[in-house]
Amino acid sequence: MKNKNIQSSADFAPDSETEGRAVSRRTFLKASALSGGGLMLSFTWLSGFKSIDKMAELNLPEQWNQLNGYIQITPDNIVKIFCPNPEFGQNVMTSLPMIVAEELDVDWKNVSVEMGPHDNVKLGPQFTGGSNSVRMYWAPLRNAGASARQMLIDAAAQAWGVPAGEITTKDGVLSHPNGKSATYGEMAGAAATVAVPKEVKLKSPKDFTIVRKSKKNTEGLKIVTGQPLFGLDYRHEGMKIAMIEHPPAFGMKLKSFDAFQALKMPGITDVFSLKLYEDGFVQGGFDTRTFNDILVVVGNTTWEVMNARKKLKTTWEPISETKETVAGWRGDKKEVVVPAGLESTSAQLEKMAEYAKGTAKELRKDGDPETAFKNAAQIIERTYHAPFLAHNCMEPMNFFAHVTDENALLVGPLQAPGWVETTLSKILNLPPEKIEIQMTRMGGGFGRRAYGHYLTEAALISKKVKSPIKLIYTREDDMTYGIYRPMYTATYRAALDANKNLIGFHVKGGGIPEHPIHANRFPAGAVDNYLAEGWEIPSNITIGAFRAPRSNFNAAAEQSFLDEVAEAMGKDPFDFRLELLQRAKANPVGKNNEYDADRYAGLLELLKEKSGWGKPENSNKNRGVAAYFCHNSYAGHVVDMVLRDGEPYVEHVTSAIDCGVVVNPDAAINMVQGAVVDGIGNALYGALTHQDGAAEQSNFHNYRIIRHHEAPGAIDVHFVQNDIDPTGLGEPPFPPVFGAVANALYKATGNRKYRQPFTVETPGSQG
Amino acid sequence: MAKYSLKVNGKIFKVDVDSTTPVLWVLRDHLNLPGTKYGCGMAQCGACTIHLNGTATRSCMLTVSSVGKAEITTIEGLSEKGDHPVQKAWLEHDVAQCGYCQSGQIMSAAALLKDNPNPSDEDIENFMSGNICRCGTYLRIKEAIKLASSH
Repeated sequence: MKNKNIQSSADFAPDSETEGRAVSRRTFLKASALSGGGLMLSFTWLSGFKSIDKMAELNLPEQWNQLNGYIQITPDNIVKIFCPNPEFGQNVMTSLPMIVAEELDVDWKNVSVEMGPHDNVKLGPQFTGGSNSVRMYWAPLRNAGASARQMLIDAAAQAWGVPAGEITTKDGVLSHPNGKSATYGEMAGAAATVAVPKEVKLKSPKDFTIVRKSKKNTEGLKIVTGQPLFGLDYRHEGMKIAMIEHPPAFGMKLKSFDAFQALKMPGITDVFSLKLYEDGFVQGGFDTRTFNDILVVVGNTTWEVMNARKKLKTTWEPISETKETVAGWRGDKKEVVVPAGLESTSAQLEKMAEYAKGTAKELRKDGDPETAFKNAAQIIERTYHAPFLAHNCMEPMNFFAHVTDENALLVGPLQAPGWVETTLSKILNLPPEKIEIQMTRMGGGFGRRAYGHYLTEAALISKKVKSPIKLIYTREDDMTYGIYRPMYTATYRAALDANKNLIGFHVKGGGIPEHPIHANRFPAGAVDNYLAEGWEIPSNITIGAFRAPRSNFNAAAEQSFLDEVAEAMGKDPFDFRLELLQRAKANPVGKNNEYDADRYAGLLELLKEKSGWGKPENSNKNRGVAAYFCHNSYAGHVVDMVLRDGEPYVEHVTSAIDCGVVVNPDAAINMVQGAVVDGIGNALYGALTHQDGAAEQSNFHNYRIIRHHEAPGAIDVHFVQNDIDPTGLGEPPFPPVFGAVANALYKATGNRKYRQPFTVETPGSQG
Repeated sequence: MAKYSLKVNGKIFKVDVDSTTPVLWVLRDHLNLPGTKYGCGMAQCGACTIHLNGTATRSCMLTVSSVGKAEITTIEGLSEKGDHPVQKAWLEHDVAQCGYCQSGQIMSAAALLKDNPNPSDEDIENFMSGNICRCGTYLRIKEAIKLASSH
């Protein structure tokens, strides 16, 4: 496996404290006065991260164990809340401050939100990805709000000479039955001097007044007026523009170049090559980069640099097989082989077919699957394929860097500043405290911006030219040298006895360069005889996280397969899944089943009800259902499809999600609707293919993205109502879209599709 | 290099650039108007949509030399306080996710409504199909256009 998947990082997300329970293990809390009066609270939230030991096991930077955050209250009662995590459209700049404001008990109208600085000590992990933001910050931010509220109460109790227990709060106002009252702002200065509470009581969800009430995007006005929010919009005095000319294909590298003509072009100041990682550099899990030797053009303006690139004379040569050392999460190191060669999609498919017949690594085995299949009256076997996918964030990769001998300033869009900081420190030979990374709003991320190589590139370019620079990828750069969703395949087999009972289940999955299998997920636990296997083919094409990588393929394959098995058994697809879940709940097979069968079944029940599944009025519809568990949440969709001029069109989608407490419902609905649109688009059209190492799609004219007229007429979103601490939402609704689309497509056309994308012809997509 | 005089958001700007420079990069690099976004550089995604004499135009393939006396409006000049009916409708429906494409979406929507104040669903889909939203906010964009159209 070339890269550690971001998804795996969901595993270390700490569990949250439950509601109403006193939190007593806080170790550090600092209060100080603002310079103009008022209160600034700085917290250490270690106690809120109950499973912090899990994080330590994973060899994360030590400073992550000291997690602080900031609330500022000014004398005029404005509450400023710093958002710890970078925003890429998942709405954290609204939802995370809502959690603080809830426990602080302030009027949301008086809250102003700012993106926090990069400071893992004060603001926690600051990592956007793995559907972790709300889940990871839920308990710490509640504790932060509740502690600040308690200090304001204590300050008022001292000032008024009354017991703290008699003081109530509402909308940022402290009140006592004797008629005394004060705003938080009035009491903030005094609150900065009172003792930090050792225990705080959190609200019961039934008392929430902000959380669970839809709040508008705190950056909405800036977005609709075109304010410079994004990395690409960042300006700095004396800033130059830099671009990278990359090899024409994976498996190639720079041999030589002639910059004579390019340097004569107007506005061009520098052309040079540089090496990103020196030989022997130990890469972190997110240090993936496409090419190590880069050719750089620097000039005054974007258009001048774009034009000068066309005048470069370059010679490229094939790479040799190389070995790279990559550090794992647990402090382990492994050698990853990057093979030589120019890979083509058609040859990759042939190779995958060969590997699929060979031996694979056993990932999980329950019962005696071999005997079950030997004794089966009927075996259903189907093989599924999916191509590489490019992220195609609307804002292409870019970053600003100003590196001097003393320090470094980096500004731009990225998901995980803490991960790249270590790398920058090594490469620039600067201590981390001399490296400032400012996080801008991201024009999309989808996992792509977890890989901070473009910061490293920008930093090295700035250091070399001794000037502030902004590195910009063109759309073509972004698409043709990406860090893609891997190419996957899986063969599913089901063994049925003479009475059409499911007696055995076997999945064997593979990929380039990693397999997709989650061995401990449904239907594992629901079938007596179960086998999961995986195999991998090394590649020099770079891969990484992509909105629930692996899951987004598994949900397509497994959920299509279950649909077909249900049909062979003569069962309704909902009933079939619910029977399996009943088994997994009553008498689970094996250990380590990742999902809660009860919640999974509850999700399906809600989806069945809300979609009117099986109701006479829906009998003429071409409907497909699929559900999936990932990132600790449960999601499912019923897709209604028609053929429009022979092309599949999704008219209507019913979606159901169980992600625990929904912090900001309208924004959550928006994100689920977006995941549905994204899923339909990628299932029907998404593909990145290669010929002799070169990507065959380079821009939106030949990489088909779902557009307005292809989006569904309506997407109804329903959440399971419960008081469970929040789990993931950015990724979970995405994977099951693929399966529901596949199953609806079968109903609409009478043909099962086994190869993605379902409607665009690419090598391997037919059939 | 050549000198050009451009009327942008009601003001005259003078720039000295190569004649082939797209208006997108003139706006972003020379006039400090970064609301107009770069998405593809080949008029395939609509992120760079501006109004040229009121008509929705992709600025990434519009060369500075071809503008002449035509008036350019960017997202920064669509309204003074962000209160154009389309902008208000966008806020009402809380359309944006990442928000990167939304300047272009709003400029396209505003141009659509100027010529067709009561567009049908099909009119909206046809007109807006040149604007990609990778976050998939298309349903809300359509609702917002309908809301703006009712004002």
